[in-house]
Amino acid sequence: MKKRRLVQGNEACAQGGLYAGCDFYAGYPITPATEILEIMAREMPRQGRVFIQMEDEIASISAIIGAAWAGAKTMTATSGPGFSLMQEGIGYAAITETPCVIVDSQRWGPSTGQPTKTSQADLMQARWGTHGDHPVIVLTASGVRDTFEMTVEAFNFAERYRVPVILLLDEVLSHLREDIYWPEPGELEVIDREPPSSPEAFAPFGGHGFLPLGGGKRFNVTGMAHDKQGFVARGAQAAAGLRALMERIEGQTMTMARYSEEIPDDAETLIVAYGITVRAARRAVQLLAAEGLVAGLLELRTLWPFPAELLRGAIQGGQIKRVLVPELNLGQLVLEVERILAGQVPVARLGRVDGYLITPEQIAEAITEQAGPSAESKRQRRAAHATS
Amino acid sequence: MLPQDPYQLRLSGSGGQGLITVGVILAEAGLLEGYRVAQTQSYGPEARLGASRSEVILSSRPIAYPEVSEPDFLLSISQDAFDKYGSQMPEKSLILVDDFYVTLSRSESYPQQIYALPIIHTAEELGNKLVSNVVALGALNRLLGLVSEAHLKEAVLRRVPAKYRELNASALEAGARLGRPQAKAVG
Repeated sequence: MKKRRLVQGNEACAQGGLYAGCDFYAGYPITPATEILEIMAREMPRQGRVFIQMEDEIASISAIIGAAWAGAKTMTATSGPGFSLMQEGIGYAAITETPCVIVDSQRWGPSTGQPTKTSQADLMQARWGTHGDHPVIVLTASGVRDTFEMTVEAFNFAERYRVPVILLLDEVLSHLREDIYWPEPGELEVIDREPPSSPEAFAPFGGHGFLPLGGGKRFNVTGMAHDKQGFVARGAQAAAGLRALMERIEGQTMTMARYSEEIPDDAETLIVAYGITVRAARRAVQLLAAEGLVAGLLELRTLWPFPAELLRGAIQGGQIKRVLVPELNLGQLVLEVERILAGQVPVARLGRVDGYLITPEQIAEAITEQAGPSAESKRQRRAAHATS
Repeated sequence: MLPQDPYQLRLSGSGGQGLITVGVILAEAGLLEGYRVAQTQSYGPEARLGASRSEVILSSRPIAYPEVSEPDFLLSISQDAFDKYGSQMPEKSLILVDDFYVTLSRSESYPQQIYALPIIHTAEELGNKLVSNVVALGALNRLLGLVSEAHLKEAVLRRVPAKYRELNASALEAGARLGRPQAKAVG
């Protein structure tokens, strides 16, 4: 029988990277992501893989992009201040269609902020932190096993779509230890970039396959707008290239939607949550159920591209009367939810920014309040009925 | 058998006193015992001397929310930690403090059951104050009966370097002696 193991979030992330075949890691230590770097520093050389501690985060992102073009599966991990420094590199990775994984364990910001306090306030930065329209995939996780799986998935998406993939963790999840079943080799799917049919036929950009530099064809990798061969593009050609780049990701939104739907048929309230806040939401659903109020939970693991269709589907049928979006910021994902559900159901926000988690009680209370006096009296009637 | 299921513990002290390690060991012992476990931590920007806490939940069922919401037990081995967390404890809970480093306010009467034991002194007698955390672990497990002594010892030995195994095993035993049923509650 498989044994459960006690594993920390950051450890699951590092081990997920190793499981996915990461063979080049470059990074710079920062709370609360440091354990990822420490584990990689220990494990990578042991396994014949490359680990480099760089002088800063700008160098770290540059190193993983360069190594990706040398054919490696690459990864770095950081937190807010380092993630900000990486933005220029992320844009470069996006326009050069470079597969790489960037982990951001969120902490309270902006700036140095509160290094040991948690947050989910880098959500919009993860999507839009670098300038210009650009494709990017953003994933998250709510538990330790989940962190392992989503790290592997981040590599898979990077490899399949040739795009930088950002995995958002947070201080609490990074340091949380839980008992998990350790994924066996072969248990999780691992995807590797496909080689082109031949080096000669290879177009370095905008197409299929990946040929590393030195793989048998000379080409230019540039941050300038470029055509499929890497030559500078302008005007309509640049526009077409950008549109195609965006479509490659956004056209696959539902294919890469990772989520869990826990919505009872008679639920009138839907909680849309992501990351560590899911845990409070799940408990809140239990607390409310004990009081006779049925709520459902939609947990999003893929945040960008945002699975709008999934959200619309979740409220279809008219049973859902209200939606609550709890998050550890002053309102980021909720903007997307409000936009998509506009005019259909009321969407309420619950934000917390003191560096601590939203509690199950806070979510339950927000829902009771949102449900209004009728739900409150119904709840009391049911509770009275249950005790009589 | 857990005194409560799930059972929620808050372990507090100053940064550097090894409270996070105690949490990890207890979680691991809980896992050996067959429980579902979650261990979290909270600490300030300073690596040492700030109040630091580590929390453990042991449960026979999957744990939805991994942080402690209503602690059943508090360990405090520094005054700062007790001042910060003691007042947050529910009435029907149990508190274990170091009898020398934590002074209970005379003017206050505590509804909780409080044990004051010579945790740090016991570690000093073993020749190393650094094992105070393991002494506390032995004491709290004997007081609460959370996991078997064998599982606790196994979990301790997994987490300590080979050259300190004997010292830590002694610390665990000494702690267990402190926490024996004859130990008297002061509160």
